[in-house]
Amino acid sequence: MKPVPGVFACQAVFLLALSAQGSGELRFCLRSDPKTFDPQLVEEESSEAIRYLTGGVLIRLNRSTQKLEPALASSWQVSEKGRRIDFKLRPNLEFSDGTPLTAEDVAWTMRRVFDAALHSPVGDAFRSGPGDVETRVTAPDAITIRFPAPVSALALQFDQMAIECRRAPEGQAPVAGPFAVAEYKPGDYVLLRRNEHYWKRGADGRLLPQAATMRLDIQQNRDVEALWFRRGQIHWIGKLDPELFDLIGRESPASVRDAGPSLDWVQLWFNQTPAAPIAPTRKGWFASARFRRAMSLAINREDICRVVYHGHAQPAAGPVSPSNKLWFNAALKPDPHSPGRALDLLAADGFRKRGDTLFDHAGTAVEFSIVTNSGNRLHERMLTMIQQDLAAIGIRVRIVTLDFPSLIERITRTFDYDACLLPIVAGIDPSDQMNVWLSSGAEHAWYPREPQPATPWEAEVDGLMRAQASAIDDKTRKAAWDRVQQIVRDQVPCVFLVNPDAMCAVSPKLRNAAPALVWPQVFWNADQLAVSP
Amino acid sequence: MTRTADRLLTRAARIRAATVRKCEIFAVRTTRQPLDIGTEPRRSRSGPANTPHPLRGWLRRHMPPHLRVGLLHAVAYAVLALSLAACVAPALLTRSSYQQQYREDVDAAPCARFPLGTDDLGRDRLTRLVYGARTSLLLACAAALLSTAIATLVGGAAGWIGGGLEKVVLWGTDLFISLPWLFLLLTVRALLPLDVSPGASLAITFLLLGLLGWASPARVVRARVRSFVASDFVLQARACGSSGVRLFVRQVVPNMKPVLLAQFFVSLPLFVLSEANLGVLGLGVAEPLPSLGSLLRELQGYSLLSSRPWAILPAVVLTCVVASLHLAVSRSEVQP
Repeated sequence: MKPVPGVFACQAVFLLALSAQGSGELRFCLRSDPKTFDPQLVEEESSEAIRYLTGGVLIRLNRSTQKLEPALASSWQVSEKGRRIDFKLRPNLEFSDGTPLTAEDVAWTMRRVFDAALHSPVGDAFRSGPGDVETRVTAPDAITIRFPAPVSALALQFDQMAIECRRAPEGQAPVAGPFAVAEYKPGDYVLLRRNEHYWKRGADGRLLPQAATMRLDIQQNRDVEALWFRRGQIHWIGKLDPELFDLIGRESPASVRDAGPSLDWVQLWFNQTPAAPIAPTRKGWFASARFRRAMSLAINREDICRVVYHGHAQPAAGPVSPSNKLWFNAALKPDPHSPGRALDLLAADGFRKRGDTLFDHAGTAVEFSIVTNSGNRLHERMLTMIQQDLAAIGIRVRIVTLDFPSLIERITRTFDYDACLLPIVAGIDPSDQMNVWLSSGAEHAWYPREPQPATPWEAEVDGLMRAQASAIDDKTRKAAWDRVQQIVRDQVPCVFLVNPDAMCAVSPKLRNAAPALVWPQVFWNADQLAVSP
Repeated sequence: MTRTADRLLTRAARIRAATVRKCEIFAVRTTRQPLDIGTEPRRSRSGPANTPHPLRGWLRRHMPPHLRVGLLHAVAYAVLALSLAACVAPALLTRSSYQQQYREDVDAAPCARFPLGTDDLGRDRLTRLVYGARTSLLLACAAALLSTAIATLVGGAAGWIGGGLEKVVLWGTDLFISLPWLFLLLTVRALLPLDVSPGASLAITFLLLGLLGWASPARVVRARVRSFVASDFVLQARACGSSGVRLFVRQVVPNMKPVLLAQFFVSLPLFVLSEANLGVLGLGVAEPLPSLGSLLRELQGYSLLSSRPWAILPAVVLTCVVASLHLAVSRSEVQP
C-alpha cells in the first residue's frame, strides 16, 4: 500500500498542533479518594485538588506573590465596606463542552452556593450575618453581588468558588478550569484531560494548559509515593516528611525544595471546657495562665526542630508564620527553653518540686495525659521529647495515641482528655482563623463553642476579630490582628510549638515549577506545568 | 480400690498415649518431607540451581545428622535463654535507661558507648531492644497462658460432655474466629481511660488478646478430648468405676498435657506478632515503654534500612525468638 501525501500532511499538522500546546502527562499522588466532585461541597484535600485543577474561578490567589489576580473576571470592585462586589467578566468565555459562560452562570452558582439545603462549605465562608444575598446581572458579562453584612477579605473568598454551568445536561458537569475529569477509578486514579476551551493563554500566546493530561494516582503510603518519585513515575510530591526530604535530597539535591516555614503550625493545648469529665484539680491547673506559660517555657523547641524535623522547622511564636509577611507580628518571639523560669512561675501558683515530682498547693502530684493521632511519627516523637522536658520540672506526662475518629470524638464532643497535640493548617488571611479565635467558634480548641466569652481576654479577642473582619483597609486589620496575637501570646491558651517547613520534591523533568508556601504548593500554576521529553 | 485402679490406669494410659503420639508424629514426618537441616538434601531436578548451601554442605560432611539437629536446637535454646535473661534481668545486659534521650547523639551508629547505636531521639537501641523483648515476651506468655486455660476449660468440657454443649461451643469458636479482632482492639483501646499507665494499658491489651485467642486452641482440645472419650483406657477406667469429673481430671487431663503445651508454645509467637501489629499501627505500648512491636514501627520507612541497617535488629530478634519457639515446640513433640 502506497502512502497517501494528504494523510502525511494531516499527520504533520496534527503533530505541529500538539507540539504547540504540549502533549505530556503530568503525574502526582492524592493521599485518598476524592469524597466528592461537586465543587461546592468540597471539604477535604483530595476533592480540593480536583476543584483547583478543574474549577474556573472569578478571582485567583497567586500562590507565589500572595496577591489576587483576575481569572474569569477581568476586573472587580469591592464597595459598601465589604458588602458589595461588582464583577466584569472576560469576553468569549466557554465551559469545557463549548457552552458560553455568562454572568447568568455566575448568578446561578451563587444561588446554589447559598441554597440552605445544600450546606455548602463555600457558602459558609461568605456568611457574615443574617439575610439573603442579592445577585443582579447588569449585562451578559457583568454582575453585582450584595451581601447582608460586610464579608472579610471578600474578594479572596471567590478563590474557592468554581463557576458552574446552569444549562449543563443531566449527568454532565462542564468546567471552566484548565482540566476536566476524564476518568475516575476509585482507589486507583483520577485522570484529567486538558480543557480545550480554557480561557487563558501563555505569555507567548501559546494555548494553555501545556500538559495534555494529568494523572492523579491515589496512594496513601508516603514511602511508596517517594519510591514512585525516585523511579520517575510521578513528577512531584507536595508535602515531604523530613526523612524523605533528606533521603531524596541525598540522591538528587536538585529535586528537593525547602521553601522555608510554612503557614501551618503544631500546637499543644490544655482542655479548659467546664463540662469536661476530668479531675477538678487538673481543671484548676489548666485554667491558670501561669501554668500554661510554664509548660511553654519548659519545652525545648529548638531541640524539637533539630531532632524531630532534622532542622526543617522553626520555633513558633504565634498563630501567624514568619513567612506570612503581611500579617506576622514581628514583635513576638518564641518562648525560650527555660526550666528555671518555668519552676518560678509554677512556684507563684503554689506548686512545689520535691525530689523528682512536682506537687500543687494541695499536695497532688502533677501528672496529665496528652493525646495525639496514632500513626504520625513526627507528633509521637515530639510528644516523647516533651515528656522528657516536662519530667525535668517534675511533671509526669502520659502519651496516648488514638485513631483519628476517636481523637476527634474526644476533643470535640466528650471533652474527655487533658491536653492535645495537633497541627493546624492555616491560610494567609486572618479571617481564615475566625473559627479558631472567636469564643463561639467550633475550632476554639481549648473550649469550643463557648456560650459567651469565658474570660475578659477572650471577649477582647472576639471584638478584635470582628473588627478586623469588617474593616476594609489592611492597616486597621493588621492593628487588630497584631493585638490578637499579643493577647494569645500573653494568655497562652495554646502552646505554639513549631512551624514546619514547606518541603516538596519536584522532578527535574518538570518545567515551569515554582513551589510556593501556600497550598497547593507545587501545582498552583498547573496550567503552566509541562514535562520535558 | 478405685484409687489404685486409677493410678495403674493412668500410667498405662500415658504409655499408650505416648506410643500413639509417636506413631502419629512418625506418620506425619513420613508423609511430609523430613526437616531439611541435618538430613540428606533433596534430589536435584534441574542441576546446579539446587546446589546445597556451602554451610549446609560443610555441616553434612563434618557432622553426623543427630549432631546437626542437636546444634540447631542448641541455637534455639540459646536464643530462648537470652530472651529469658532479658525478661528476668534486663539490667545485666544494658547500661542505660530505656527512656534517656541523648539529643546530641541522635541516630548514632554502633560504637563502644552505644553497641547498637541510638534511635531517632537519641535513645540507646540495645537497651530498648532488651526491655522491649522483655515487655513483649512476658506479656505474650501471660496472654498465651490465659488463652490456653480458657481453651482447656471450654474445649475440654465440649469434647467430654458432647451433645448440645459441643454444638454451642463450636458455634462460639466459629464466632470468635470470625471476629474482626483488630477493630475490636481499636475500639477497646479508644474506650480506655486516658489515666491508665503505659504498663496497665499494655496489660489490658494482652488480656484482650488472651481473651480473644482461645477459640482455635479450644477446637484442637475438643477434638483431642473426643478421641479420648472412645479410647480403651477411658473405657477401662469407666469399667473400674471411675466417672464424671474425676475420670476427666485423672485420666484425660494428664494425657492432654502435650497438646496443651503445644498450644501454649504455638500461640506465644502469635501474641508477640499481634502486639507487633498493634505497635505498627501506633496502638501498642505507649511511649516511652518499648516493646518489640513499637521498635518495629521504625522499620515502616524503607529509607531507614539503607542508611541505618542495624535498625533492623528488632525484626531479626523477633524472627529468631519465634523460630526458636517453633523449634522448641517441635522438639517437645518428638521427645515427650
